Amino acid sequence: MTDIQAAVADAFRQEWGRVVATLIRMTGDWDLAEECAQEAFATALTRWGSDGVPDRPGAWLTTTARNRALDRLRRSKTEAAKLQEVAALSGPDELPDYGDSGVTDDRLRLMFTCCHPALTLEGRVALTLRTLAGLTTAEIAKAFLVPEATMAKRLTRAKHKIRDAGIPYRVPPAHLLPERTGGVLAVLYLLFNEGYAASAGDDLLRPDLTGEAIRLARLLTRLMPDEPEAAGLLALMLLQDARKAARLDDDGDLVSLEDQDRSRWDSAEIAEGITLLAAALRRQRAGPYQLQAAIAACHGEAATAADTDWQQIALLYGELRRIVPSAVVELNRAVAVAMADGPAAGLTLVDNVAAGGELAGYYLLSATRADLLRRLDRRQEAADSYRTALVLAATEPERRYLSRRLAEVSS
Amino acid sequence: MRYLLLMCGQVEAPEPAVVPEPRHASASSDGEEPCWMPWTREMEARGVILHDGAQLQPVATATTVRTSGDDILVADGPFAETKEVILGYDVIECADLDEAIFAASRHPVARDGGVVEIRPILAY
Repeated sequence: MTDIQAAVADAFRQEWGRVVATLIRMTGDWDLAEECAQEAFATALTRWGSDGVPDRPGAWLTTTARNRALDRLRRSKTEAAKLQEVAALSGPDELPDYGDSGVTDDRLRLMFTCCHPALTLEGRVALTLRTLAGLTTAEIAKAFLVPEATMAKRLTRAKHKIRDAGIPYRVPPAHLLPERTGGVLAVLYLLFNEGYAASAGDDLLRPDLTGEAIRLARLLTRLMPDEPEAAGLLALMLLQDARKAARLDDDGDLVSLEDQDRSRWDSAEIAEGITLLAAALRRQRAGPYQLQAAIAACHGEAATAADTDWQQIALLYGELRRIVPSAVVELNRAVAVAMADGPAAGLTLVDNVAAGGELAGYYLLSATRADLLRRLDRRQEAADSYRTALVLAATEPERRYLSRRLAEVSS
Repeated sequence: MRYLLLMCGQVEAPEPAVVPEPRHASASSDGEEPCWMPWTREMEARGVILHDGAQLQPVATATTVRTSGDDILVADGPFAETKEVILGYDVIECADLDEAIFAASRHPVARDGGVVEIRPILAY
């Protein structure tokens, strides 16, 4: 890669979302915005070679893309109304402010619009990756294991709904903000989880998706510095991502938290996560992401599995369950209680969760039950539960882990 | 933008629906105002324009018409047999989908277990 190619590739990662976001605000046309952004980056490849890399690549790219949009609109539209649109576009004050002026960043508008609840969840995820992160349709299709044509349709459908149903391009007003912010955080966390614990396929980890999720969460914390849950989400992602090198063994099999080689954890990511979390918690508005990050921090801070403060983790899960009543949270609390107070205490909680019926078909319910029974040396029951979990597990490494445990209790 | 709000619910209106009154009519003669009147006042105060709206007669009065060549096929009942039926509609004009969602969420049908389907009206 030449220096120029590297400079453009770097600018692409830094500026793509901003260029697209600004062009959408100016033109109201998502397809036009994407196409003109693409052309601006293509132009950069040749022009930066002859003219040198501009001081402010983002401003150069946005201006180039805007001029391209102007050309296209002039050529294609003749009606008076459209000409007015063009005139408005050529106004001098339409370019984004690259300083720190407190003006709403277009990328925040874009993020909230991509994550609007009137879009399907999969549409929200795909649109966020395409318009904000700059992944190609083919890349997104590959990440979600669907044919490219399917992904293209999904993106088109979401963009058309935004246009035709009148979904506003804006940061929601105060009365909608908490709920809609929760929606944005949920999409980013879903993206992270899809990369961290793939829901299908043979690869358990997809670092491309976790990397994009972390990048977008970083952006969100910069754009919403007063939102502790945004920082909580970023901290949570970092603290989980820090363990990625130790989560799989050489055969690609899942390694349980207690068996992981903690020297392979990324200490810089853990430290950053803990610092972010501490700052967020000082705002005294703890929410689900901060609590989950606090739990991840308990693990991150423990030098060995035996040093883990399970009492604290059980308390945090209890607090989490109070805010987000969920059987999955209760299942996790059961695991923590089992570690703090013994497998029998945990099993009682797991059986309560199972009786609730909400998690029927969830492989981790059976897998957790199996592990607790194994620790209680109730081998026959443990084997039965491992067999149930095996049927329900979605990925190959999960199945291999369960098969290994099943062999242990059956021997 | 203009939106059609389709008010859907499982239950029919308990009384045969009154003949829809114009939105701006004053309280009905017996002094009790229809349940949607506070909603129309709230919407108008927010700048949402109410173009049209009505409560419908029970679904038992629905008639479905199709054509096949020159034949007109008439059937008793709604076009789809579902548990939820259309109880009424409103045509509103407001800034964007968020406003329409707000309007729908405040409507008595949505607050009484029903569902409101929002459909943007095609503009030419």
